[in-house]
Amino acid sequence: MATPAITAAGIDKFFGEGEARTQALRGVSLQAYFGEMLYIVGPSGSGKTTLLSVLSGILRPDSGSVAVEGTEIWKLGGDQLADFRLHKIGFVFQDYHLFPRLTTAENVAIPLILKRVSWSQAIASALKYLEVVGLKNRADLPPVKLSGGEQQRVAIARAITGQPDILIMDEPTASLDGDTGQAIVEFVKKNVLNDKRSILIVTHDSRIYQFATRVLKMEDGRLMAIEKGGPPV
Amino acid sequence: MRGILKLAYKLLVNDKAKFTALIVGITFSVFLMVQMMAMFAGILNRASATVLNVGAPIWIMDPAVQTVANTIGMPDYVLDAVRSMQGVNYAVPFYSGGALVKLADGTYQSVTIMGLDDTTLFGRPPLLEGKLEDIYGENAFVVVKDTEFRKLENPSVGTQFEVNDNRGVIVGIAEVSSASLFGVPTLYTTYYRALQYLPNPRFTISYVLAEPKQASDIPRIKQQVQALGYLALTRDEFMDRISDFYKYQTNIGTNILIMTVMSFIVGLSISGQTFYTFVLENLEKFGALKAMGAKSRELISMILFQASFTALAGYGLGIGLCALLISLARVRLPDYAAMITYWDLVFAFVMVVIIAGVSSYFGVRRVLRIEPFEIFRG
Ligand SMILES: Nc1ncnc2c1ncn2[C@@H]1O[C@H](COP(=O)(O)OP(=O)(O)OP(=O)(O)O)[C@@H](O)[C@H]1O
Ligand SMILES: [Mg+2]
Repeated sequence: MATPAITAAGIDKFFGEGEARTQALRGVSLQAYFGEMLYIVGPSGSGKTTLLSVLSGILRPDSGSVAVEGTEIWKLGGDQLADFRLHKIGFVFQDYHLFPRLTTAENVAIPLILKRVSWSQAIASALKYLEVVGLKNRADLPPVKLSGGEQQRVAIARAITGQPDILIMDEPTASLDGDTGQAIVEFVKKNVLNDKRSILIVTHDSRIYQFATRVLKMEDGRLMAIEKGGPPV
Repeated sequence: MRGILKLAYKLLVNDKAKFTALIVGITFSVFLMVQMMAMFAGILNRASATVLNVGAPIWIMDPAVQTVANTIGMPDYVLDAVRSMQGVNYAVPFYSGGALVKLADGTYQSVTIMGLDDTTLFGRPPLLEGKLEDIYGENAFVVVKDTEFRKLENPSVGTQFEVNDNRGVIVGIAEVSSASLFGVPTLYTTYYRALQYLPNPRFTISYVLAEPKQASDIPRIKQQVQALGYLALTRDEFMDRISDFYKYQTNIGTNILIMTVMSFIVGLSISGQTFYTFVLENLEKFGALKAMGAKSRELISMILFQASFTALAGYGLGIGLCALLISLARVRLPDYAAMITYWDLVFAFVMVVIIAGVSSYFGVRRVLRIEPFEIFRG
């Protein structure tokens, strides 16, 4: 059996106080493996984003544990946790969060700059990754000049320039039309997924289900069922 | 870290509208503060012009004297007493007082008369025209060529006039290093002639100018003068006393202070608010950086860098603008009274650091409170 990239066990997460207290995650356990493109699907409010956040080290669970490549991430201190995200995780935010005042290349270089790579080297690698996503000729434009699909590709390039082991994508196709969305996810599966990397995608979009290696279903804070496939062997 | 700061720099500078507003706010505020203080420093310097021009190391005066122009006569024995004091190398009398000159067209003009010790002419200004010995001639005066010179209708050597109903003649034209504040022309003559020309009060010596044998004799001289019932000040102490008078005994100081504080507040509120808005607008981006793995320390450095960069750029531009304006003003008004002192620079710098500090404090607080989860949820 393949090595788990992420092992989560018994995760609970509550929001709010008193009357307004809701449980967003109820004893969630899962494993994500290298080489798989794992989908988490489910109705709105079922806790998908919350789960991704707990797995990627940006939201502390109330109980349970998350081990990434054997490291218990919620036992790390603040700076160590930041370093963990910087080195292990690539994020593609739903609304991209590209910096409008920077060029596309500079945007893509950000994770490397945070890793203290020199500016010129960071830009050089950024150009390489822009080439991977087919946008090298847009390197000097500000991202706002790009179409939605192109911006999404810039966000993907930015998420992978740091060569993270785990790529986290929340609703990657939500603001794209159907064809562009499918093209992007297909592209990610072909060019970004490899056997040293695990990709976690939260989505509502059934048109991209075909690209999943495995689909987990969430409902009301619980992982209900495996909809498709099993762990790659 | 350099890359992170470069990132901060680009985020700041590429937001042209905000950056311009920030720079203009700080530049303007620094300009106002420095201009205000430079003007005041210029005025204070002018107020001590006589002290600077005469250049005596020790000034002995009545303890009630507050400014160089408002003299209180001292009896002759003070001069003799000072001359015989231990540690005094020499001492001379000095007269300074006002008089009225009647011009050729019959109008009157106030002037300041400086009476120099007859034997030594101590404190004499360098002459541009004429011979110094001529000051001993009948009715002889030396006129100072400063901005007030034209108020005597630009006299030349040989020009005759009336001083307090006595005849006078110009025998020399002098220059002085520091123009006076009081807006009237200055005439030099000898001490005894000054007394002849001027209404004769009982006590006639305005100041006794003295030189110590050694600098270490100064405290002893001061003590002896004090025992006599008078006050001995070094040149710098006298200038400070004059400055203090204008700062604290007139409203000029208070008003300048109010204006300076207002410039500071205006600068602080414009720049502080603009900077805070800038941070707020970039809050999501800072949150995204946080999610990607930027540490709090790095985000704080970015904000501090942005604030200090703007503040320093504004500071430089403000000082530059002020220097430029003073130079331009001098082209038209050669004796324009304004000088940028080191204290002005230090003061404005401290103010700018406070502006940057306050602005970034609020920005940093906001940025540290962002939850990357909120950014991630969108
Ligand atoms: N900061 C918060 N405070 C209070 N409740 C929250 C907070 N964040 C999430 N929740 C609640 O937790 C539950 C799960 O939210 P989450 O965003 O994970 O859902 P989701 O499955 O991603 O939904 P969607 O598909 O709409 O994005 C929801 O009921 C939500 O209202
Ligand atoms: Mg969600």
